Amino acid sequence: MSPSPSTNTRKQQASGTVVRRQHTISLLVENKFGAFNRIAGLFAAKGYNIESLSVGPTEEEDVSRMTIVTEGDDPIIEQITKQLHKLIDTIKVVDLTYDSFVERELVLIKVQTSTATRSEIMQIAEIFRAKVVDISPRTLTLEATGSGQKVDAIIKMLKPFAIKEIARTGRVALKREFQGDV
Amino acid sequence: MTPHTRSEGKTAPGSMMTGAEIFVRSLVAEKVEVVFGYPGGATIGVYDALHDISDIRHVLTRHEQGAAHAAEGYAKATGKPGVVLVTSGPGATNTVTGIADAYMDSIPLVVFTGQVALHMIGNDAFQEADIAGITRPITKHNYIVRDVAELAKTIKEAFYIATSGRPGPVLVDLPKDVMAQKAPFQYPSTVSLRSYNPIVEGHEKQIKKAANIINEATRPVLYAGGGVIHSGAAAELTAFARKLGCPVTTTLHGLGAFPETDPLALGMLGMHGTWYSNMAVHGCDVLIAVGARFDDRVTGNVEQFAPDATIVHIDIDPSAISKNVRVDVPIVGDVKNVLGNLINHVHPLRTEDWRNTIAVWQREHPLRYQAGSALRAQQVFQQLGQLTGGDAIIVTDVGQHQMWAAQFFTWTQPRTHITSGGLGTMGFSLPAAMGAAFGRTDMPIISISGDGGFQMNSQELTTIVQHRLPIKIFVINNGFLGMVRQWQELFWRRRYSQVEMASPDFVKLAEAHGCPASRATTPEEASVEMERALAHTDGPIFVEFVVAQEDNVYPMIPGGQSVNEMLDTPIDPDGGSITIQPKGSHALPRKDAHVPVTVH
Ligand SMILES: Cc1cc2nc3c(=O)[nH]c(=O)nc-3n(C[C@H](O)[C@H](O)[C@H](O)COP(=O)(O)OP(=O)(O)OC[C@H]3O[C@@H](n4cnc5c(N)ncnc54)[C@H](O)[C@@H]3O)c2cc1C
Ligand SMILES: Cc1ncc(C[n+]2csc(CCOP(=O)(O)OP(=O)(O)O)c2C)c(N)n1
Repeated sequence: MSPSPSTNTRKQQASGTVVRRQHTISLLVENKFGAFNRIAGLFAAKGYNIESLSVGPTEEEDVSRMTIVTEGDDPIIEQITKQLHKLIDTIKVVDLTYDSFVERELVLIKVQTSTATRSEIMQIAEIFRAKVVDISPRTLTLEATGSGQKVDAIIKMLKPFAIKEIARTGRVALKREFQGDV
Repeated sequence: MTPHTRSEGKTAPGSMMTGAEIFVRSLVAEKVEVVFGYPGGATIGVYDALHDISDIRHVLTRHEQGAAHAAEGYAKATGKPGVVLVTSGPGATNTVTGIADAYMDSIPLVVFTGQVALHMIGNDAFQEADIAGITRPITKHNYIVRDVAELAKTIKEAFYIATSGRPGPVLVDLPKDVMAQKAPFQYPSTVSLRSYNPIVEGHEKQIKKAANIINEATRPVLYAGGGVIHSGAAAELTAFARKLGCPVTTTLHGLGAFPETDPLALGMLGMHGTWYSNMAVHGCDVLIAVGARFDDRVTGNVEQFAPDATIVHIDIDPSAISKNVRVDVPIVGDVKNVLGNLINHVHPLRTEDWRNTIAVWQREHPLRYQAGSALRAQQVFQQLGQLTGGDAIIVTDVGQHQMWAAQFFTWTQPRTHITSGGLGTMGFSLPAAMGAAFGRTDMPIISISGDGGFQMNSQELTTIVQHRLPIKIFVINNGFLGMVRQWQELFWRRRYSQVEMASPDFVKLAEAHGCPASRATTPEEASVEMERALAHTDGPIFVEFVVAQEDNVYPMIPGGQSVNEMLDTPIDPDGGSITIQPKGSHALPRKDAHVPVTVH
């Protein structure tokens, strides 16, 4: 050991990859004033990315479930889950990405129609098992549910007909209990 | 005070009380001794209830920022939570800097803010500010009390959250109408939160894994931080290091966690740490981080931080693990608990060669300064260490003097060093020293500021004089915002932009507040004034030390760089005599420091 500085550099640990990927994080939080702000604020303050965030009540009256879709490399995701857990109102944090999970998203799509295009739009809706929830002489509003990919696909198919407005819920997800084929 | 004289005993449990009364009874039940605050419209009812209570001392600061820093100083000096009470709007926003400071440095505070009545919230009512929203990212948790029946439970939770796990500030917002409503009062005896259960005991498997790695080490270093002090684990750390024969370096917040008079002590590491502690960390094969958070002022360039080391990290906060530097063996738990267990699994190491290597660095690159014509801040801190033998609570501000104090004072006991590290808040020292003085009377308390920082909260001089607090108030006057000037000198081609500081006559200023004051401009005068100040116990005393204007703090690792770029104290071969401040067995020539080493 000579008394001069080593020129080695610190090796990144092998276990952590630096590949960015999408993660679906499910959390249970106390249904208390400010809890939602605290979580949204955490993402903003730390500069973490949010692709979607959905929140709603659960089977327990005072507990809400949030489903957050985010993107990052392993060290960032590790920090996100730890930081979420650190919030006093957070009861449980699960990164579903490593498990098999069911996911759904709901979308409302208002498309411009004319007598010429209406039946073609209805056909597309049928293929995606989408429902017509509102109709007017010039528009048709469809409701579709499914995975994010399915929602993306129906939007893509309807684009040529001039979509006037879209409202998406963002992903909700639960861990799959039956791990075989469904 | 004996328990039966406390007011909580006077009222039957369950009797109806207003929110304001419940608030006061709850503080009594929490055994709060002192509240730092400032009244206003939204808290007038609370202050009315406080008026009847003799168990709690209320200190009227001269600014709410002063109240928040005072509570921090009290908490750091005593280990108990600091309590603040302010009004809504501007009263609340004035505490924000102190809350952010406490959050960064993990200091337990409970801050009560007045708020407009519930039905007025959101209306831009007079003196309304969304303080819960403003402080959400800088508190460990916060509350708006919406129902008087929830008040006592909320206060109980606030104290529990602030003081358990990784400590931090908790804010409780008190709407005016809620505080006037009535509810039966019974202070809860326990708290249970399903969503918050800090881990205290380290995982047995991780402890064994860490022990196996430590037992193989030939070049180990302990890197101890503020967590050791929060945990009350200085004795455990000392016993652990001595058993292993492992050198110890501490962070700015770890100073006092290990006696610098011990032969294993290396002093502080990091940007302005000792040359040899930075070299030791760089060269070590096992780094044991204890209650420290790998701050960028410590690591510099993380890729070159401890490049050859296997890192063990003990921390109570899981999110502190692998945040900045990936660690090999994390142990989540309380330091006192984990070290108390780990010590049984490790055996003495053969570190003679390693310690000899470090001794060479210590000989060749000690902390030192070269005498010039002017008085030097380094001398002031070195002498302060010698005159007090380390038996003093030193409360520093932010800047060059803060770093020189960290380097040249000899730290021997926990809770004797109080400073703003994470946020680096100028104006911290004077109010924090005041808070410390309300909690500790066993040691002299010394507030040290630069000429810039002192002017940021000098209004608290009046509060200190009013309460005759025996604080020694030192201002190190270099005529500059010294730390910024140093950076401009070294990295911005000496272009001194807005760092020259015009100051009032500090001696007259102190005297105008009713505080005896003097000025020292030479090394001889400095010694005389310091001895006089230390002998003065009847109320505060002020000394201005007029020091060299363009002096720099060394060693220095420029921001984001590594030990390879470390700058040592420049020495002029034809210059004045060189004074060294050793760390280790020769650190204190005068009085021997005493840290009781007992492990339970
Ligand atoms: C001008 C300036 C220069 C500075 N230069 C330096 C420098 O050269 N060197 C330096 O070290 N610092 C320096 N600092 C301070 C620096 O910015 C950080 O504040 C400091 O390094 C953090 O200290 P720490 O790692 O001990 O962590 P702290 O902020 O004290 O945090 C404590 C850690 O311990 C954990 N903890 C708390 N309680 C427990 C418990 N009971 N059990 C287990 N773990 C616990 C916490 O989770 C946290 O991770 C400087 C600051 C300023 C303003
Ligand atoms: C509130 C605040 N504003 C600005 C800074 C940036 N800053 C860091 S050190 C420093 C200079 C401090 O000067 P002084 O108080 O005279 O102390 P010295 O460095 O000369 O010892 C400044 C301006 C800060 N840390 N805090």
